[in-house]
Amino acid sequence: MAERRPPISGLFDQPIQVINVGVPSFSDDLKRQGVPVRHVDWRPPAGGNKRIQALLRRIKNGEKTS
Amino acid sequence: MPLLSQLKKDTYFDSVTLMLATNELKKIRGVHQAVIGMGTDYNLESLKRLGLLSPELADATPSDLILAVDAATEEAAVMTLREAERLLSVKKGAASGTADYAPATQAGAAKALPGANIVLISVPGDYAASEARRALDSGRHVMLFSDNVSIDDELELKTRAVEKNLLMMGPDCGTAILNGVPLAFANAVRKGDIGVVAASGTGLQEVTSLIHRMGCGVSQAIGVGGRDLSEKIGGIMTLQAVRALEDDRQTKVIVLLSKPPAEKTFHALLGVLKDVKKPVVIYFIGADPVPIERLGFAAAQNLEDAARTACRLSTGRQPSPLLSDEEIAEKASKVRLTAPSLRALYSGGTLCDEAQRILLPRLKTIHSNTPVAGCEKLPNVYQSRGHTILDLGDDEFTRGRAHPMIDPSFRQEKILSEYADPETGMLVVDVVLGYGSHPDMAGAVVRSIEEARERSPRPVVLAATLCGTEDDPQDYEKQRRTLEDAGVFVFPSNVSMVKFIVSVMSHG
Repeated sequence: MAERRPPISGLFDQPIQVINVGVPSFSDDLKRQGVPVRHVDWRPPAGGNKRIQALLRRIKNGEKTS
Repeated sequence: MPLLSQLKKDTYFDSVTLMLATNELKKIRGVHQAVIGMGTDYNLESLKRLGLLSPELADATPSDLILAVDAATEEAAVMTLREAERLLSVKKGAASGTADYAPATQAGAAKALPGANIVLISVPGDYAASEARRALDSGRHVMLFSDNVSIDDELELKTRAVEKNLLMMGPDCGTAILNGVPLAFANAVRKGDIGVVAASGTGLQEVTSLIHRMGCGVSQAIGVGGRDLSEKIGGIMTLQAVRALEDDRQTKVIVLLSKPPAEKTFHALLGVLKDVKKPVVIYFIGADPVPIERLGFAAAQNLEDAARTACRLSTGRQPSPLLSDEEIAEKASKVRLTAPSLRALYSGGTLCDEAQRILLPRLKTIHSNTPVAGCEKLPNVYQSRGHTILDLGDDEFTRGRAHPMIDPSFRQEKILSEYADPETGMLVVDVVLGYGSHPDMAGAVVRSIEEARERSPRPVVLAATLCGTEDDPQDYEKQRRTLEDAGVFVFPSNVSMVKFIVSVMSHG
C-alpha cells in the first residue's frame, strides 16, 4: 500500500533523510554530514539468476508459470 | 606462474568498491593480474580470456564473489588474496557502520528510518528500475544514479512519479543538492535563493560551485538525467522540477541547464516556462541564445555565465569575475609553447563539451572521443592526434573501470603518454572536488606529472580547472596549492582555463 506523502514542495521544507541502495560510500558521505541515512545491504534477487527472477516476476504479476 | 583463486558464496559488493579494490591489488609488487568481481557471465568470460578461470570459479553465480590472482611468486599471490580480504572487510565495516544495522531491503530500511523521504539508488542497471518503482510506490522521491536503464523504464518511472507528485531524478543522475544536502557527486554549497535544474552532472557541479564562489547560494539543485529533454521523455522531470522551484519559497531565480532539447520538448517546455513568475536563466549547451532571449529568458553563453547571470538576478549586482581577462592574459604571457598540440584530459563530460565548443573556432581542427559538431572523432580513442580533447568518463573508457572522478589511474596513464608525445605542447585537466570524488585528485595528477617529467624532461604548459568549494571535503585551497607547487596554472572555472588556452595558443 502506498503511504500518503506531501507534495514535492513539501520536500523542500523537510529535513532530508535517505535510504541508500547501492554504493556504500554514498551512505558514508551522508553520515559524515550528520544526515539520517539507512544503507541497504542490497544483493541481486534470486542470487542473480535471471531465469528464477523472470519466474518470480511472473508469479508476482499473477501469470501462469507453466 | 602461480595462480590463486577463491570463491565466496553469497557475498555481494557493488562494482565501484570492487573496481577500486582491484586497482589497489594490481599495485602490489609481483602481481601480474588481479580480479575481484561478482560471478556474472561477463566477469567469468573476462577471466577466461585472461587465462584466470580456475575450475573452482567455473560454477560461480552472480551472487558469489570471485577473486583471482596471477603473480610472480606464490607468496605474492597469497599476500594479494589477504590484502583483498582486508580491503573488502574495511569497506563492509564502513558501509554498515558500527552500530547501524543494514537491512536487506528498502522496506526494512524504511522501518528503521520511517522519516526517509529520498531513496538513492546505485545498483546495476538491470535491477535499478525495479528498486526505483518500489521507492516511488512507497511515496518516496528517487535519485537514480544507475545508468543502463532503458528509456521505456525511464518513461514509465517518471510518469509514475508525476502521478504521485514525486521527484524521479535520473537515471544516470550523478548530482543533486536538496535542502543543502549534497547527494552522490555534489559539492558543499552555501544555501541561497538560486534553484538549478540540470540534465548534466558536471554542468550542475560547475554552476553550483561557481554560484557559491561568487558569493551567492543554492536553494535546490535537481538533476533530471541526460535524456529527460529527449522527444521520448518530453522533459517530464524538468517540468516537474521547474514547477516545484516555482512553488518553493526559498527559490528566487531558476537556472536550467541542458543539451538542446528535442524540438517538440522545447515547445512544451516554453509553454510552461512562459508562465513562471520568477526569472529563468537558460543554458542549452551549444544552442543559439537569440531565440531564448527573444522569449524573455536570460540566455547564458556558457556554464560560468549561467552562474554569473543567476547571481546578478539574485542580488541585483553583477558579481566580479573570479579571474579577470587581464589576469588570464597575464598568466598566458608567462609561457611559450615548445610543441604545437593541446591535449585535454577531462573527467567531466560537460566540461569537455564546453571546451570543444569554445576552442573550435580558434583551433580549427579538434579531435575527441566525444566530438561536438565540427570536431573530429578520433579513429582510435587511445591514440591522440593534433589538438585532442578527451572525456575520460565516457562509456568506452569506463567499461570495467570506475569513473575517473573516483579512480585516477587511467588519467594518470594518459598523462604519462600525452607528456611523452613530442607533439604535446600543452596538457590540461579538470579536477572535480566534492562528495563522491577522489580524496586527493590534485595529488594524483601531480604524481603523474612528476613521473612524466622524469621520463621526458621537456617543458609542457600545464593547466587545471578546479571545480568545487572551500567547504568540500578535499580542501579547495590545499588542492590548488598542490597543483600550483607542481607548476600547474590553476583556474577557478573551465571557461577561464579555456580562455588561457586560447591566449597561449594565439601567441604560440
